[in-house]
Amino acid sequence: MLDAKIPDGPLEHKWRHYKEHAKLVNPANRKKLEVIVVGTGLAGSAIAASLGEMGYRVKSFCFQDTPRRAHSVAAQGGVNACKNYKNDGDNVFRMFYDTIKGGDFRAREANVYRLAECSASLIDQAVAQGVPFGREYGGYLNNRSFGGVQVSRTFYARGQTGQQLLLGAYQALMRQVHQGTVKMYARHEMLELVTIDGKAKGVIVRNLDTGEIERHGAHAVILATGGFGKIYYLSTLAMGCNGSAIWRAHKKGALIANPSWTQIHPTSLPQSGEYQSKLTLMSESLRNDGRIWVPKKQEENRLPNQVPEEERDYYLERRYPAFGNLSPRDIASRAAKERIDAGYGVGPLKNAVYLDFSKAIKDQGIDKIREKYGNLFRMYEKITGVDAYKEPMKISPAAHFSMGGLWVDYELMTTIPGLFALGEANFADHGANRLGANSLLQACVDGYFIAPYTLANYLADEIKTPATDVHHPAFDAAVKQVEEQLHLLKSIGGKLSTDYFHKTLGKILYDKCGLSRSAEGLEAAIGEIRELRQQFYADLFVPGGYAINSELEKAGRVADYLELGELMCYDALTREESCGAHFRLEYQTPEGEAMRNDADFAFISAWGWAGENQPPVWNKEPLIFEFVTPTVRSYK
Amino acid sequence: MHIRLKIWRQENSHDTGKMQDYAIADVNPDMSFLEMLDMLNEQLLAQGQRVVEFDHDCREGICGQCGMMINGRAHGPLKNTTTCQLHMRSFREGDTIYIEPFRATAFPVKCDLKVDRSAFDRVIQAGGYVAVNTGQAPEANSIPVGHPVAEAAFDAAACIGCGACVAVCKNSSAALFTSAKITHLALLPQGAVEAQERVRRMVDQMDAEGFGHCSNTEACEAECPQQISVLHIARMNWEYNKAQLLKK
Repeated sequence: MLDAKIPDGPLEHKWRHYKEHAKLVNPANRKKLEVIVVGTGLAGSAIAASLGEMGYRVKSFCFQDTPRRAHSVAAQGGVNACKNYKNDGDNVFRMFYDTIKGGDFRAREANVYRLAECSASLIDQAVAQGVPFGREYGGYLNNRSFGGVQVSRTFYARGQTGQQLLLGAYQALMRQVHQGTVKMYARHEMLELVTIDGKAKGVIVRNLDTGEIERHGAHAVILATGGFGKIYYLSTLAMGCNGSAIWRAHKKGALIANPSWTQIHPTSLPQSGEYQSKLTLMSESLRNDGRIWVPKKQEENRLPNQVPEEERDYYLERRYPAFGNLSPRDIASRAAKERIDAGYGVGPLKNAVYLDFSKAIKDQGIDKIREKYGNLFRMYEKITGVDAYKEPMKISPAAHFSMGGLWVDYELMTTIPGLFALGEANFADHGANRLGANSLLQACVDGYFIAPYTLANYLADEIKTPATDVHHPAFDAAVKQVEEQLHLLKSIGGKLSTDYFHKTLGKILYDKCGLSRSAEGLEAAIGEIRELRQQFYADLFVPGGYAINSELEKAGRVADYLELGELMCYDALTREESCGAHFRLEYQTPEGEAMRNDADFAFISAWGWAGENQPPVWNKEPLIFEFVTPTVRSYK
Repeated sequence: MHIRLKIWRQENSHDTGKMQDYAIADVNPDMSFLEMLDMLNEQLLAQGQRVVEFDHDCREGICGQCGMMINGRAHGPLKNTTTCQLHMRSFREGDTIYIEPFRATAFPVKCDLKVDRSAFDRVIQAGGYVAVNTGQAPEANSIPVGHPVAEAAFDAAACIGCGACVAVCKNSSAALFTSAKITHLALLPQGAVEAQERVRRMVDQMDAEGFGHCSNTEACEAECPQQISVLHIARMNWEYNKAQLLKK
């Protein structure tokens, strides 16, 4: 039943073939067509600006106080593109293969190939926008290598690549706002999707400053609302990141694919206490020049610089000699957890490993290291008070990226016609593990180069459809639902804060649906989450009114997390194999490596909503490998 | 640590607002400043009271959403540090901390410590971009940009739009913010084409929003979390004068 609509033909012709045959909307008709874009990160800003430039009427929404603050801004290390500027053997096929292998053969070949194919244009676009990428002295663009690959294809703007790419997209968006093609609604949160006759026709949003509930109609709705890793409470995400837009679309009929596949990033700062609100990421690019180690002795009390070389266990170099410190994220995270659990962790809570730059500083000089990573070292010192030029950083794994998300077909359309999902909000390209620097790439490519074509293909059939009537009974019903939920959250009148529930949920998920999972743990987690949800609706306290009220904003998001968390556990429970970030304790080799099961699990799980307190509906999209042969993913 | 707080509370933009006293015990020196406020809010919730509203999001110093005056200084006592990157180890046992919103005519207070900084978006809308549509870009390496130029452009582009420069300026000038974008784009060949038009439109918009004139005190650079240099303001003035002279 799930048709991904992959075009026929050889891998390298599919996207070209699609573009050659996709329907178009002529410029005169575009101004009659309205499109809603929710989210202003890279995917959202890119598509809103691109559609505005083409002449569509666009409304753009974000919950932040300005679109420039969307969490793409925080991505540090870089963006991949197979330009082969280093003459080191890079090409589209190799990038495709690295990505699909990195994702442990749990992504669609056609989608991944297209991602690699469009990567080069993104660098061109960003440079034209004025993104100040790192350059060689001759004036040409520089690259570095990143986890999971053996070529240098990562473009970067110091350690602030996400910020610079986002500012490029934001500026393009602001230009369209100025030209009047895009209307911007900052501090507006989407609370409901409106469907009429099965098609996405609008959204209900709340003005977070005034509390007003607004109706917005359109011919198509695009969700570019990012990932939901903040469900773990402690994560590398921003405090406001949430899964509410995709969850509410899910409850209106959109399937969610592989929701349990969460990337746990290996190089975050360790938790230092109960009060902690987030785990700060240190870019993976640091692994280019930093070496990861733990002491060979448990309960090592010497300072790191006093531990002699022969008493250090460079465990990634030892276990994965071919990729070493640049092993993919899931492998690096699990290897760190293995050492920490075995009692070799360092730091006051024994929950970290060392990332050591002394060799790189000796080889390249401190100035070169400062130029590459200066802002990261500064950030590290601000948070920890430690100078990482002089002693190793302490790092630890943290919840980071949602490989899962709304199920979309090749056109990035969800199972609701007219509802598209872009960037991290969809599930499409990363399989069971995302490679570093592919996240910015996917968000940008979805927004700049894919959705403008696929959306036109959909809208071409809507040119005779009049503007959506926002007084249609479907809008009335959606508004009523939103108002009732807000009223309910405010009127429970219990004693516990939203953060209490969020932290409790996060702990359940981190322990039982985090770096490693088991059937026993996941079944227990489902029960615990149900109980927590009941307690939430019995004992939550939300003070204040409907106008500016951060507690009310959080309560709505956590209400959705309490449902989404349960779905994640179902997803993890039913996948009886280990693949990528999904590591089931029951399915591992004697050496502790993941055991994938291609015979029984080469499919995408796409879940449907069956109603409150009902088990979700399980759909499968088989993964067919025509062009590559899934192999055991070895980085040894 | 025991900390006493005096915090600006203002229900909405029409309310007059006032400083209010709070006390908080068991503050851990490794907590971030915002985690200390989280703790205060948990305390207020337990007492059934409205929490202190403050802006924040990424909590890693890059989104630019957090920002408040702490003991009269934008983002608090540390140099080049956003509020979220400030930790309680920068304070002492028994300290009284004054917390107020960023204040400027162009940044009206919305609630407690939250202010409206949408004026910045409108300054960018006036011209803070390269007018290139998706799909128009040439091959990225077709226009070399010297390493020092790219690095200088990056230094200016690093601005996070937090508004500390405005809050700390006695004239509430947005000169540092505006000039950083003007410099970033004027330095690069891709942005240089529109430099004259851009500087005139952005400066006009900056004035229309009610930001004051540069006070030449350089307080903005001292408080800027991204170490944006005041030399960009000199460049903005130079670009502006050049644009006015050459205006057709």
